[in-house]
Amino acid sequence: MVIQDYGIVGLFLVFGIAFVGAAFVVSWMLRPRDPNPVKSSIYECGEIVKGDSRVQFNVGYYLVALLFVIFDIEVLFLVPWIVIFRELGIVSYIEMMIFIAILVVGLIYAWKKGVFEW
Amino acid sequence: MLSILDIIWVLVIGIIVLGFIAVSAMFLIWWERKVSAHIQSRYGPMRVGWHGVLQSVADAVKLLLKENIVPAGADKLVWWLAPFIVVVPSVMAFVVIPFGKNLIVKDLNVGALYLMALSSVCVIGIFMAGWGSNNKYSLIGGMRSAAQIISYEIPLILSMIIVSMQASSLSMQKIVAAQAGYWNILHPNMALAFIVYIISATAEVNRVPFDIPEAESELVAGFHTEYSGMKFAMFFIGEYTNLFIISAIAATLFFGGWQGPVLPGAVWFLIKTYGIVFVLMWVRWTFPRLRVDQLMGFAWKVLTPVSFFNLAVTGWLLLK
Repeated sequence: MVIQDYGIVGLFLVFGIAFVGAAFVVSWMLRPRDPNPVKSSIYECGEIVKGDSRVQFNVGYYLVALLFVIFDIEVLFLVPWIVIFRELGIVSYIEMMIFIAILVVGLIYAWKKGVFEW
Repeated sequence: MLSILDIIWVLVIGIIVLGFIAVSAMFLIWWERKVSAHIQSRYGPMRVGWHGVLQSVADAVKLLLKENIVPAGADKLVWWLAPFIVVVPSVMAFVVIPFGKNLIVKDLNVGALYLMALSSVCVIGIFMAGWGSNNKYSLIGGMRSAAQIISYEIPLILSMIIVSMQASSLSMQKIVAAQAGYWNILHPNMALAFIVYIISATAEVNRVPFDIPEAESELVAGFHTEYSGMKFAMFFIGEYTNLFIISAIAATLFFGGWQGPVLPGAVWFLIKTYGIVFVLMWVRWTFPRLRVDQLMGFAWKVLTPVSFFNLAVTGWLLLK
């Protein structure tokens, strides 16, 4: 059954690619082609582009990304627990709350360190 | 294994779903233009068809015929792949959305987790679009969008988890079944989860008041500044399909999904979903945009702690 379920998911992946691909192919057959350097120049409100656009970025973005990874993995640990926590009872609930509390301490630490001040 | 008959069946379903996505996106674009126009005391599109209903079709044909302009210095592979990565997850999300008692493509037993996973994929496409365009506005838009989506992902997932706790299952049909007669929204803790969900979901699809990645007045159009023709149309379809999906998830998780008296399930489901879509449009044309620092602070300092607190309370209430 698992193979059948995810076979359907796989087929929908193919449908999605086909949907976008078909639109592009139809447009490729119909659209005009007349490129010139001015047309393909990068839009910068009419100014002549200066320098490379891939510039350095505020470190804050990376800190947020790191925090996201931590909390996303935490959520991943929560998912199997929520399905069966009623059978496991109060002990598993307390254990999970301790686990969450440890991560909330991390969140408070990041907060106090000013990660969320931009 | 999938037999030939199964594959043909899935193929038919797939064509229906793709048709629904195209029609729904075009309808929502027209509807949004009408709603915004009437909120601002205008008429909106009026020329093409009755009250402009065919305006989106005309727009689609126009975009189909537009030249493909590749920006100078673009990272071509990344730039081409970005529309695929934005649209494909929203097509795949339709696998687990329950339109009715038997109207679901496949009721995966990890449905809610599957939707959480797909909602994270979209951000990669948006960031690829920003990076590939070789445009400063696009890159800033892509970066902001990535930071915003991953920040609001945590409260979004936590509120979906709270609902799954109530149903003790991640399967969308079981979550609907658990709400028979008493919708989740009627529990106070679930109502809180719904508020967190709808705020985070608005941020996930980059709509006002969370449209900082696209902020027309400062970033032109953000990550899709350099896209033209059909690629631009794909970003648009992706955006409105995601709007439909987040509303459909909200209707399923909090408003009893397809359940309702008299009318068939699919009709109830669409009424609820489009009702939520309408509220989100109303919000978009009513509120101004937040600043980027307020935005990040709100996700991490308010929504995430509130969600954790709600999770603890819900767990306690269910065990008691």
